[in-house]
This record gives sequence, structure tokens and C-alpha cells, in this order.
Amino acid sequence: MLVLGSLALSYFVYTSEQTEAAWSRPFRLGLDLSGGTHLVYRADVTEVPAGDIAESMAALKEVIERRINIFGVSEPIIQVESSGLGDGASNKLIVELPGVTDVEEALAVISKTPLLEFKVEGVDEAALARSLAASVSADSNASTTMISLASMYQDSGLTGKYLKRAQVIFPPPAAGTAPTGPTVLVEFTPDGAELFATITRDNIGKTVGIFLDGELVSAPVVQEEITAGEAQITGNFTVDEAKTLVRDLNLGALPVPIELDSTQTIGPSLGADVLDAGLRAGLIGFIVLALFMILWYRLPGLVAVLSLTVYVVIMLAIFKLIPVTLTAAGIAGFILSIGIAVDANVLIFERLKEEMKRGRSIPEAVKEGFARAWLSIRDSNLSGILSAIVLFWFGTSLIKGFALVLLIGIIVSMFTAITVTRTLLLALGVKHKGRVSTFLFSNGFTK
Amino acid sequence: MFVIKHRRKFFAISALVVGLAVAAILYFGLNFGTDFTGGSILELRYPEGRPTAGEIKNSLATTPFAASQVQPAGDSNVILRLQAIDEAEKEELISTLAEVSAQTLTEERFSSIGPTISGELARRAGLALVIVVILIVLFIAFVFRHVSEPVSSWKYGLVAVLTLLHDIIIPTGVFAVLGYLYGVEIDALFLTAMLTILGLSVNDTIVVFDRIRENLKNKVAPHFEDVVGLSLQQTYARSINTSLTIIVVLLALYIFGGTTTKDFALALTIGMTVGTYSSIFLAAPLLVTWDKWSSRRG
Repeated sequence: MLVLGSLALSYFVYTSEQTEAAWSRPFRLGLDLSGGTHLVYRADVTEVPAGDIAESMAALKEVIERRINIFGVSEPIIQVESSGLGDGASNKLIVELPGVTDVEEALAVISKTPLLEFKVEGVDEAALARSLAASVSADSNASTTMISLASMYQDSGLTGKYLKRAQVIFPPPAAGTAPTGPTVLVEFTPDGAELFATITRDNIGKTVGIFLDGELVSAPVVQEEITAGEAQITGNFTVDEAKTLVRDLNLGALPVPIELDSTQTIGPSLGADVLDAGLRAGLIGFIVLALFMILWYRLPGLVAVLSLTVYVVIMLAIFKLIPVTLTAAGIAGFILSIGIAVDANVLIFERLKEEMKRGRSIPEAVKEGFARAWLSIRDSNLSGILSAIVLFWFGTSLIKGFALVLLIGIIVSMFTAITVTRTLLLALGVKHKGRVSTFLFSNGFTK
Repeated sequence: MFVIKHRRKFFAISALVVGLAVAAILYFGLNFGTDFTGGSILELRYPEGRPTAGEIKNSLATTPFAASQVQPAGDSNVILRLQAIDEAEKEELISTLAEVSAQTLTEERFSSIGPTISGELARRAGLALVIVVILIVLFIAFVFRHVSEPVSSWKYGLVAVLTLLHDIIIPTGVFAVLGYLYGVEIDALFLTAMLTILGLSVNDTIVVFDRIRENLKNKVAPHFEDVVGLSLQQTYARSINTSLTIIVVLLALYIFGGTTTKDFALALTIGMTVGTYSSIFLAAPLLVTWDKWSSRRG
């Protein structure tokens, strides 16, 4: 049974690596092995009410996902990570783009979309202070005026988050005036429409500032309350500009502003080198380990090596089935776990030897040895499992990869040690203590 | 058992090494990597032969970039560590270096860690260490809850933590020295290694304690001291063998593994070695000392 099962598993592990096979499931490699780009954005949620942060972050993730999908990256990973409380709280968006090494292009796709805001008149003191500070240091007049313009408006809460869709229209010119040129018509979601109605009702006769990426594009004067949930942006657009703007708005205006915090790029050849080196290290480690076990523990050592082989096959199958993303640290964790997996076997063999010394027959010694070693195996492995769980919780993606592999490894190794090793040892069916069998079951320098 | 008899000597060795490690940490300081401090790492490939670190530093002298460290890697790669730079600055830096060396350089790896990530990592790492240590004390106290005579179960936990501190301080000290001499950094992986060592080293310690528990139950010897000695005798082969197997695979990882996990493997190897030593020569003997000390007082 066992032999058949593990043969079937290894067949699966092998064939699923071939792309032609129906159940093709190649190993999933992390960015550090396959090459790619890892970006971390910091989201500025200071304007978002505390209760809505999670929702805004989810919306942000969706928008970025949409943009990246258009970019055509295979299997991008986009995660929201929120942590900490109070002042230390941070909301991050993690973007992983396998195979993309042109960061600039990726950055452009992600961030080159407008942040649309509707603001009402009123002095934003913080912004004013900022612009004053900026005007002292800035040598460009243009930017100074732009910033101070922004400081004359206050946030109204209406942003691109409430956008349903945008389109280009060419409004018929009012009698006696020149055509206004292309205009962008913005349609709000029901919530947005309500908000817009309130804003227009409260600000009749004043201007509403329409900002794109913090720049004022249009400041129409409100004539009356608008309940239709539509707004027209009449900047001095060319047709192309208006079209681009509409496309970008439809792709999704960002619900919260983001700022790039960290980038990481791994070239494909470096990743391949690291992967090769990791595999080579694993193989060499395994061979040396196998030699040691067979030389020291003889027959049980051979059994342990067989059980280790089953362990390796099970682990590889699990990596494919879950699937676990393999990183350099993950491979290190796997190699380490092979060393740990031996542990349970050694515990059992040492017990076995003791039981034999007490004069038990070999099958009895095997049974006793297992029973007595089990407590130690359980308790000692639990501590490893605890650390792996904490690591998984604390870790960045790099460390999570390591912790997950280690965690799975410890659990699987307990299983293989008590089932596979035990079954194989009992199956050997050595009944009598002859000189040969005693030699085979002893270890080290004892006779 | 000679380990118990000469326990003071082994305590002295441990105290000396821990003292040296602490001194190294205080004197050299820890060379924290960009994971913690923020900053950039750029790995470049020089396909037609790489210049020396000094030459690269010199060619940077005229630019606004100052590489705090230039390190050769692999056959033709160079790793630069500098302050946090953005994409545009990176392109400028690469083109400057390409011009000076008159060859086309390939960017192998670039990472720029901002303050959000680095600050948070440090906070979380500290928290994780504390949590693991607390969990281990609780766990050991729980597992050995039926053992109260003559040493109560929470003392097993505390002794385990003492040995854990020992196991962590020594590799950290070694890395302080390596950081000073070769620029080896304390990064997120180093912390991962330490947390892993916590789990593995306590594993060895638990196996020894487990033997003590069993032998106490079976009343194999009249004195606690002898029970511990006997337990050690029964388990040290196993401790050394299992640690050897782990160290073997770690050494393979260190020697043959990829560049990114080299220091990680080294930290784990040192930690494992020290951890094995401490679970034999420190943990169980400490229990005996504590028992003697409290029975003298009582």
C-alpha cells in the first residue's frame, strides 16, 4: 500500500511538471526565483473615516487589479496589508508582478491614473500652511500658484470612489457663444449622486473645484442643486485629452491616494541561479544525510532514508496541490525540514536500541520504541510548530514562505516517521535475534 | 554523569561566550540591513569583468550617490548598498557606472525599502520574539505540568528560556563581528533564523526534559541530580545525531545554496550548534543547580 501510494505520488509530482499532461501543475515559484517586481504602496487613509478604511482598501485593490490586468501580467498578486493601531497604523498595498522587470513601465501603469476629487470653497488650513511653506522654498512660480489654489478648497468627501462612469460629450453651444469643446460627463453612483446633490445645494452661487491628481482642472459656479447625479468637467481639453481622461477615469479613479514605499526587482537569471543553487544544496544535503543515516543506523537507517524519500515526495506533492509559492527562503525551509524530519527517526531508533538492550525481541522492541518515542516526538515538534506559526503571522512574504514550508514540513514529518518508518520496520519481519540482524539493528560503534 | 559533575565549568564556558557576544554586540554594534533601516540594494552584472569595489566607489564620487557598501557577488555581479533612491535615480546611477566601465550592465536585482516597511518590520520582529518566548514558557510549563517534584514545571520553562537567550545572543554576537569585518547584515532573514532556532533548540531541550520526566516517574535514582545525569546519558546521542543531521543539510545550503540564503544558513548553523550545546550542557545542569539552590534555602 505504502509503496504503491508513494510511487503514485512521485509519478504525479513528475508528470505534473510536464506541460502536456492533463493534470499539469508546475511548481509555483516566488518572485525571487522567477524574476519580477515587488512593489509596496502606502495608502494615505487620513481622509477616510476609520470605519471605512477596510472598504476603501478593498476598492483600491480592485482598481489596481483592473489596471494590471489590462497591462497583461500573468498571475499578478495584489494584497492589502493593514497593521498596527493608532498613529503607527499603516495600510499597504503589495503588488507582485512576476516576470516584469521593467519597473518604470509597471509603475506608470499603476499610478498614471487620475485621482478625481470634488472640493468646495473654503480654506484648507493644512494645505495653506503647506503651500506657504512651499512658496518659500519653491523657485517655480507655477507650482506655487497651483498649490495655493488647491488650498482655497476644502475636501467635500466626493471622490472618484463614487464614480460610476465617465464619457466624452460635445455639449451644444449656448446661443451666441463659441462651442465649448469636448467635455467630460461624470456619472455618479447613487451614494455619489446624493453627496453631489448635497454639495450643490449647499454651495449655490459658489464654485466647486474639480481636481485631478491634486490639480484644479475646472471650477464651475453652481447654479442650482443637481440631483441627476451627473457632473460636467469642462477643462480646456483637446479631444484626445478628454478621451484619455475618460478612459483613465473609467479604469478607475483611485479611492485613496497611494505613494510608492518600496520596490524590489529580481532579474530572471539571478532567480534561476538561486533556484539551481537551492536545488543542488538540497540534493547534496539529502545524499550526505542518507549516507550518515545508513552508516550509523544501518538497517533502520536505510528505512529512515526510505521514509525520508516518501517525506520529500509528499512535500513536493503538497507544494503543487495547495499550491505553495516557493521562494529562496521556502527552499531553505524545505532543506532544513529534511534535517528535522530525521529527528523523529533518530529518537525512535535510540529507543529501539535501548529496548533491545533490555532483552526484548526485535518486533517487540520496535513497538515499544515507537510507543515511548511518540511523547517526545509530539512535544518537541509542537514547539517547532508554535514558532512556525508565529513566524507566519509576523512575516513579510519572504518569511511567510519559509514559515509555511517549515510548518507543513514538521507536520508531514511526524506523519511519515510514525507511519512509514514503523510500517517498514515491522514489514521487514525480522523475528529472531541472529548475529546478522542484531548487527543490522544496532548502531554506531556498538556490536 | 560528568556533565552534571562539572556543570560549573560548562556554565563558565557559556557565561564567557555569552559575555564575549554581548561585548561584540555593544562594541561593534549591529549592522542592520535595509530591511530595517530603509535604503536601496542594487545588484549589477558586469558581463565583461567587474571593477574592484574601490574603483566603483571612486566612480560614484562625482555623483550624488554614495554607496555605503560595495560587495562582489557570484562570478560577475556587484551588490551596492545605498540610501533610498527612486527609479529615475537608479537609471542615472546605472548609466554612470556603465559609462565608467565602458560596458553594458545588467540590472539583476533592485530593492528600495521605504520607512513604512522597515519601521514596521522592526516592530513586528520584536513582538514576534517576545511572543515566541512566552509561548515556549507556557508550553513547557503545560507539557510538564504533572512534574512538580522536586522542581516545579514552570522552572523547566524558565530554564528553557535562559538557554534560548543563550542560543540567540551568541549567533547575534558572531554576526556583530561578521558585520564589522565583512559587512554581513542583520536582516529579516536573520531574525527568521533566530526564531527558527528558538523552535529547534527548545525541541532538543524538551527531549531531555521529557526523559527526566519519565525517569522521575519510574524513580530510577534516589537523587534528582542522578536522575538528570542518567537522562542526559540516555539522550545526548540522540541530541547530537539529530543536530548533526540538521547541521549537515544547513552546511550544504551554506556551501552550495544561493547567495540570498547564505547568511541565513550560516545564522541557522551557528544557532543549531550553540543550541545543541546548550540543551546538553546548560539546560539540564541548570535544573540541578536550581534544585540544589532552592533545597539549600528551604
